[in-house]
Amino acid sequence: MDNTEKLRGIFAKALEIDKAIVVDSLEYNSIFQWDSVAHMSLVAAIDDGFDIMMETDDVIDMSSFGKAKEILRKYDVEF
Amino acid sequence: MLSGKYALVTGANRGIGRAIVETFAQNGANIIANSRTEGSLDDLCSELAGKYDVQTVPVYFDVSQPDQVKQAFQKIIKITKELDIAVNNAGVLVDNLLGMIRADTIQEVFGINAFGAIYVMQYAARLMTRNKRGSIINLSSIVGVCGNEGQVVYSGSKAAIIGITRSAAKELAPFNIRVNAIAPGFIDTDMVKTLPEDIYKERVGSIKMNRIGTPQDVANCALFLASDLSEYVTGQIIGVDGGMLI
Repeated sequence: MDNTEKLRGIFAKALEIDKAIVVDSLEYNSIFQWDSVAHMSLVAAIDDGFDIMMETDDVIDMSSFGKAKEILRKYDVEF
Repeated sequence: MLSGKYALVTGANRGIGRAIVETFAQNGANIIANSRTEGSLDDLCSELAGKYDVQTVPVYFDVSQPDQVKQAFQKIIKITKELDIAVNNAGVLVDNLLGMIRADTIQEVFGINAFGAIYVMQYAARLMTRNKRGSIINLSSIVGVCGNEGQVVYSGSKAAIIGITRSAAKELAPFNIRVNAIAPGFIDTDMVKTLPEDIYKERVGSIKMNRIGTPQDVANCALFLASDLSEYVTGQIIGVDGGMLI
């Protein structure tokens, strides 16, 4: 499984949504499932899944699925 | 009571922090001990590891510096991904009457006592959220609850801990992370030893149990809050003060 698919799976599971809607343009707060509380669960799941600990600024900046991939590249996750 | 759990304790090199670290280790917890003074915890960690057969790791950083806290947690996740307990104990006590308070004193005291607790909690809660469990214990003070003359800055920073604790408890309860605070009264630490004898006697005289508290009294309360005995307790500020009146 490549990292895009892995991240898509993490999003789908953490936000309890269908994988099909996890696309680059999926934005924070654009669906009711991705609210501020779910965001923290999502961050914890990403940290756990990629064995990293995102910086607070990155947690705040992670405003879409596409942005999440951009941020994860900083932590040596390749897409 | 804490067998196999991982506990981070800030300000662990003396007084209440040291008593908490020793008590947790005695109860089977693995310890990540913090101080900002490089090397100050090396001997204690070695001693506790040998005595109680637990893992003890010193991590040196200044809780008031966000970058240092961030880097510390990058080290901590290499030690464990299962942080169970975080104790925000690091603190400074500075007494100044109104009109004689320097701006940098306010920055320093709030930076360590209040902002530092938030910086640590942000990362600790992230680790705990992964596992859907955890206990965060913040150290407030009786003067944070009641106020005290000459302590506008210190009591303000400790009052901030109360709001921080209650808000974090509400936010983190859905993740099964509990957040409580301890508000110690007059406790026998290095800070107390510098007091003039008459003030010392006056303070002890205001305690209904008629004795000064010990760091162990506070550590015992922290043990309760860290353990599963308090698994349904969150958002509470528990006084450990022997019935002290201010």
